[in-house]
Amino acid sequence: MSAPTHMLGDVGTWLADAFPHLSADCGPRDQSSSLRVGVDLVAVADVAESVERFGDRYVRRIFTPHEISCCRSEETGGGMTPHYSCESLAARFAAKEAVLKVLRPTDARPEWCSIEVHRTHGGWCEIRLTGQAEAMRAQAGIDELAVSLTHHASMAAAVVVGMRCPGGRDVSSEVRNVDREVLGERGKE
Amino acid sequence: MDETIRSVLAEHGRLAVDPSSIDESTDLFDVGMTSHASVNVMLALEDAFDIEFPESMLKKSTFESIAAIRAGLLEVTSG
Repeated sequence: MSAPTHMLGDVGTWLADAFPHLSADCGPRDQSSSLRVGVDLVAVADVAESVERFGDRYVRRIFTPHEISCCRSEETGGGMTPHYSCESLAARFAAKEAVLKVLRPTDARPEWCSIEVHRTHGGWCEIRLTGQAEAMRAQAGIDELAVSLTHHASMAAAVVVGMRCPGGRDVSSEVRNVDREVLGERGKE
Repeated sequence: MDETIRSVLAEHGRLAVDPSSIDESTDLFDVGMTSHASVNVMLALEDAFDIEFPESMLKKSTFESIAAIRAGLLEVTSG
């Protein structure tokens, strides 16, 4: 299988092309039914401004205790206000928005803290849902969510892919196997 | 109340238009308000009116227009 040249482009199309057998097993090759993708871009300065203006009210309204602990800055100020890595906060906000684009709420949106970007011991991030967000995921029939975050200079971004199979099959291991195969081919270029 | 709402939008809404002159039914997300800006608008409104929006009201429709924000504030302050 040739390495995709548009990996950062239409993720849904690339994944559907990469897993034709999954599309076949999961029913008609309808990307809108088996795959969903969400992406969001956030200005770090906007988050920094919110932290400065609203402080912990903003942070605790949007982020879970785990996310807050992941985003605490090493810097210490003279005051009592904790310092945060606004780049990390911005990336997590982008991830939450990207998850919403996958869940596609019609009006009522889940609480911000019901969508958590969880940093694993290995260092990568996973999406963990609770409450209304989890209910939306189940209703949408989405079996697997994958997230990738990034931040550079003044911007932070996140992309989330949601995959579902009518049979509820866990395809996450197959995704990882093909991912290694693709990365291996790209290394030959 | 509307004057305060428009003032909050001017400071936090990041609108592409002057909030003091837009129609109360104008979709704020159509004129530049992002999801993150709506969070700031929410927090600023809570400060301005000394309230806290319940989670049930934290949906897009609550902040989609000046009229909607007004209705939401009236609901919270009367409850």
